Amino acid sequence: MKFVTEFRDPDAAKFLIAEIAELAAEQPARKFMEVCGGHTHAIYRHGIESLLPDSIEMVHGPGCPVCVIPMGRVDDAIAIASQDGVTMCCFGDMMRVPGGNSTLLEAKANGADVRVVYSPLDALAIAEREPDRNVVFLAVGFETTAPSTAITAMQARERDVSNFSIFCNHVTIVPPMKAILDSPGMQLDGFLGPGHVSTVIGTGPYEFVSREYGLPLVTAGFEPVDILQGVAMLLHQLADGRAEVENQYKRVVRDAGNNSALKILSEVFELRPHFEWRGLGFIAQSALTLRTEYAQWDAEKLFEVPGVRVADPKACQCGEVLKGAIRPWECKVFGTACTPETPIGTCMVSSEGACAAYFNYGRFRARPRIPVTAT
Amino acid sequence: MCVGIPAQVVEILAPEKKAAIVEVEGVRREVSIVVVLDDGVKVGDWVLLHVGFAMSIIDEEEAAAQLDFMRMLGSVYDEEVEAFSADVPSIEPKSSTTET
Ligand code: SF4
Repeated sequence: MKFVTEFRDPDAAKFLIAEIAELAAEQPARKFMEVCGGHTHAIYRHGIESLLPDSIEMVHGPGCPVCVIPMGRVDDAIAIASQDGVTMCCFGDMMRVPGGNSTLLEAKANGADVRVVYSPLDALAIAEREPDRNVVFLAVGFETTAPSTAITAMQARERDVSNFSIFCNHVTIVPPMKAILDSPGMQLDGFLGPGHVSTVIGTGPYEFVSREYGLPLVTAGFEPVDILQGVAMLLHQLADGRAEVENQYKRVVRDAGNNSALKILSEVFELRPHFEWRGLGFIAQSALTLRTEYAQWDAEKLFEVPGVRVADPKACQCGEVLKGAIRPWECKVFGTACTPETPIGTCMVSSEGACAAYFNYGRFRARPRIPVTAT
Repeated sequence: MCVGIPAQVVEILAPEKKAAIVEVEGVRREVSIVVVLDDGVKVGDWVLLHVGFAMSIIDEEEAAAQLDFMRMLGSVYDEEVEAFSADVPSIEPKSSTTET
C-alpha cells in the first residue's frame, strides 16, 4: 500500500501546496488548461482551485466527448434512427443531447427504436439476435473509446454481420488543443494533459505543445495530489525556462501508449478531412471515419442523412466554455434555463461536462478543504 | 465513458474469444481483452474498463485509487456501474476458475 499512501498522503498535499505557493510567488500569473473532463470534476469536487494561489487559474478544456458533438450530427443520428427498420444504439449520455429540433430521447418517444447500450459489442449482439433489424451504433468518444468501436467493426466483419453499422463520431484529442492554442486572445501557459486518452496514444502526440508553442504539458492522474503535483511540475518547468512533455501519471500512462490499440485504430479508421466541433467550428483532420474496407459497416454510406450544420442556440455558450474562454457560471443561462434536467447545451448534458460538474459541486456545496485523507 | 472504471479479471475465456469475465461492484460480465492481451492479462489482474473493453492493466493500489475517484464523482460512476450491470447476459461461473 506504499504507493497509495504516497499519492494520497495529506502531508504530500500540504507540501505540494506550499511548493506551488513558493513557485507561483516568483512567477507572473499563470493560466493552465486541464484538457480532460475527469480533471475538471476532481478540481471542482475537491475545491482544488481554492488551494491554489490567486495567480494560478485553471481553465477547462474540450475533453468531454459528448459535449463536443455538434447539433447537426445529433440531427443526423435522429434522421437515421427514424428510418423504417432501424434500431439505433447509443450510450446513455447521448439520449438527452439537444439536436436542432429534438433529442434521441424525444425521437424514441415518437416511436423510433432507440436503445441504450453499455458497449458497442452489445449493439453488435443485438444485430445478431435480431437479424431483421438494421442496427446502427452511434459511436462517440476520443481515443479512449475509439479502439472499442474499431474492434467491434472488426468483429462485425469477421462474423459477416450485414445488418450492423456504425455512425462514427469519434474525435481525436490533439487537433482541438491546437485550435484552442491558435484561437485569438487565448493565452495559456501550459496544459494538464489528459489521463486515460494518453493510455492509448501515449505522450508523443503532445510534443507539438512544447515544440511549436513553447509550452509545458504534464499528463496527470485524477487524485488531488496528482493534480497538485501536475501543477507543481508545470510551474517548475516555467521557472526553469523549460517547455517539455512530462508524465506525472506513469503508474498508468506509458510514454509509448498502447501499441495494440493504436494498430487496431489505424486498421479500421482514417482521419476525416474536416469535422465540426460544437463551439469550435470545423477542425481539419480532427475526427475518425471508417476506412473503405469497412464501408459496408459505415452508416454514413448506408443511410441518407441531412448533414446540415445547425447553429447553436444563441443563449448557449458551450463553445466558450469548451475553449476555456469563460467559466461555466459565466454563461447567462447557467443554473437558470440550463440545468442537468433541462440542458440547453451539451456541457450540462453529460455528467463529464464542465457545466454539469460545476452545477453538481461548485455552486451548491461548500468547498471541502484538502480532502485527501484516504477513505 | 472517458474515465475508466476499475474491474477485476475473474476468468479468461477461450483465448480465441479474446474475452474475459470481470467483476465490478459484485457484478460480473464479459468484456473484451484484445487491447491488453499483449500485456499478458491474467486472472486476478485489475484493468481499467471503458465501454466493455479492458484498456489497461493497473495495479491493485491504482485500482483502489481509481475506485475512490469514481465514487467521489458520484453520478458519473453510478451511471457507469448501472450501464455495466444492465442487461448482462447470464454468466455461468466455471468451477475451473482459479485464483492467482
Ligand atoms: S450553462 Fe448550458 S448553455 Fe451555458 S455553456 Fe453551460 S451547457 Fe452550455
